[in-house]
Amino acid sequence: MTARRLLTSSNLLGAALVAVLLLLPNLTTAFFVNFVMTQTFILGLAAATIVFLAKYGGMTSLAQFLLFGVAGFMFGNAAQETGSRGLNLGWSPWVAIGFALLVTVAVAFVLGAIASRSTGIYFLMLTFVYAVIGYFVFAQIVEISGPGGITSIQRPDFLGPPVRLYYAGLLLSVLAYLGFRAAGRTPFGLALQGVRDDPVRMASLGFNVRLYRTLAFSLAGFVAGLSGLLNVWWNGQIDPASIATGPTLILLIIAVIGGITSFEGAWLGAFVYVWVFTYLRDLPLIDEIGITEARFNTVIGVIVLLIMVLSPEGLTGIVQRLRRHVGARITALQGPALGGSPSTGKRAKESGGMAT
Amino acid sequence: MTAPSPIPPTGTAKKWPAKLPRLPVLAIVLTALAAALWVAVLADGTPAGPAIDNPGKFLVTALDAVTFAGLLFVAASGFTLIFGLMRTVNMAHGSLFLLAAYIAIRVQEAMVGRSRNIEPAHVGWLDWLVPMLVGASVAAVVGLLMQQLFLQWNEGQELRQALITLALTVVLADQMLREFGGLAQTMVWPGAVTHFFSVAGERYALTRVFILGVAVLVGVLLWLWLTRTSMGMVIRAGVDDRQMVRALGINIRLVFAITFLVGSFLAGVGGVLGASFAGAAPGTDGSWLLNALIVVIVGGLGSLKGAAVGSLLYGTVVAFSPVYLPSDYSYYAIIVTFALLALVMAVRPNGLFGRPA
Repeated sequence: MTARRLLTSSNLLGAALVAVLLLLPNLTTAFFVNFVMTQTFILGLAAATIVFLAKYGGMTSLAQFLLFGVAGFMFGNAAQETGSRGLNLGWSPWVAIGFALLVTVAVAFVLGAIASRSTGIYFLMLTFVYAVIGYFVFAQIVEISGPGGITSIQRPDFLGPPVRLYYAGLLLSVLAYLGFRAAGRTPFGLALQGVRDDPVRMASLGFNVRLYRTLAFSLAGFVAGLSGLLNVWWNGQIDPASIATGPTLILLIIAVIGGITSFEGAWLGAFVYVWVFTYLRDLPLIDEIGITEARFNTVIGVIVLLIMVLSPEGLTGIVQRLRRHVGARITALQGPALGGSPSTGKRAKESGGMAT
Repeated sequence: MTAPSPIPPTGTAKKWPAKLPRLPVLAIVLTALAAALWVAVLADGTPAGPAIDNPGKFLVTALDAVTFAGLLFVAASGFTLIFGLMRTVNMAHGSLFLLAAYIAIRVQEAMVGRSRNIEPAHVGWLDWLVPMLVGASVAAVVGLLMQQLFLQWNEGQELRQALITLALTVVLADQMLREFGGLAQTMVWPGAVTHFFSVAGERYALTRVFILGVAVLVGVLLWLWLTRTSMGMVIRAGVDDRQMVRALGINIRLVFAITFLVGSFLAGVGGVLGASFAGAAPGTDGSWLLNALIVVIVGGLGSLKGAAVGSLLYGTVVAFSPVYLPSDYSYYAIIVTFALLALVMAVRPNGLFGRPA
């Protein structure tokens, strides 16, 4: 790739955003970094796997949060030495990480293989069933968790100070973002998109449709597992209720808020979600109209309902539509020469303002 | 498996391609036989013991399976009806189920005149039937509103509809938590059905048989509606070929609205039965959505017969696996549900009586 092609406005914008995020711990409060931003990365990473499957594979998965939980539970089981629940294997953190990811990918492979013949709405239903059965598995089987979950899980030494967890989240998010984008141009990603568009034709061309779907699901499971590890380190504990239907739906909703076909949208949606969750109670007059943090789910539900009614592409879709609208206005007013740049500048301001 | 079988390399291998697709079927038959054998003679160390040694327990478990299947059928039939005709996955089905339950409990409290410690002896037939009808009607109206406000103009965009109903689920669950609180509440059966009778030496609750009776009634009425009325004819035609029904000039909008009304009403009836059977609490909506989904995924979406067969299979698994697994492992019962799902999906990805979308 030549330097000229790399220097597009969106790439520059992305690099600037990453630079700001790298400096963020020096710019704002520790609370914002450790609670809002770290959680944004954790949830964004998990939501990005939903986007990956939906965008390239045409599969809307509700099982991503289950895989996220599987990784967390497995790390807890492997890394804990003592405790009232779990296997208490007491392995070193690196082995525990490897074990957790291995189990997560294996589970994703099996679940993906069973679901690989269905797509669209059937896939959504089947993965929802996975999610709920997975919840009951962890809630009922006391050897690996039990209803109370696994508590006081230590994070590895190299992630000691909370800010390192923020950087780990940032690093994994950037890698996953670039990786998922790049995966769309690899032969695997192209074949997967072919499978999404016309499975019958791809099958007759000799592609193993089910295998491609299963592998895509496994890859998404791996990334969801990474996010699950971050989550269990951040929380220090994991219990079945945290992967029940409620949180599962919230993750899908995060992907929907951002726009289910845009990778940026996953993190944008996660940020909106965490931000609203954290700061809703501080808004002036919000108590007056009966919205307290206890009614947070109603607020999120109404936001999603509005987004689905207004624009199925989520916030990114709304931003893009505004951009096109404004762009067309400016083009009409000032002539074609100035067409693109003012609206791009506007977009830069918008997303910068949202992320910091 | 619709993929064309590969050409056999030699003439003698000709039988292989014909046999291969049968492998999953064979596996299922063997699994079922092994399970039956286990339950019949081998099940030592389980809470129930082998069926030969303890036929009473076996009979009770079988009755449990059938009666729970009845409840499942009531909840799932509305779900499958809506999907079959409209291709709408109503993810808010569980919310309608829970809403009807809560409303019925409130109405019952008002009718009996007290809000706690209601004994079945205080509850007459009307004190159960009227709240049931009120609760189910409220669910039906809410369902119809949902369809008219949010789903009607999104016709054909299945995923968008599913997401909209999911968002409605989140809002409804939160509002129900606000209105009805987080504690489990129960609907009280009328005193007339809260008796026990004996089955092969075991006590058995009449209420469970009553649930089955309601389910059979619902099933028969639905069957009559779908096969013996002109509207049912339109609905069945709509399941098969929506474009053609539309092209024939039938007011499909009205048919859609009525179907949604009936489907939501059935969710409500299921909710009241479920609340009388096991209570209503936050989270009941999610678990009943799951139950309805498993039933229709196993049975096939949009098929009433599939809902009945799926309910029976799922009810059997739910009733038998905790009782006939070794007592140290009976909490693994949930895995059997998953195994049922995986087996059916391996053989028929569209469910037993389903057809491709």
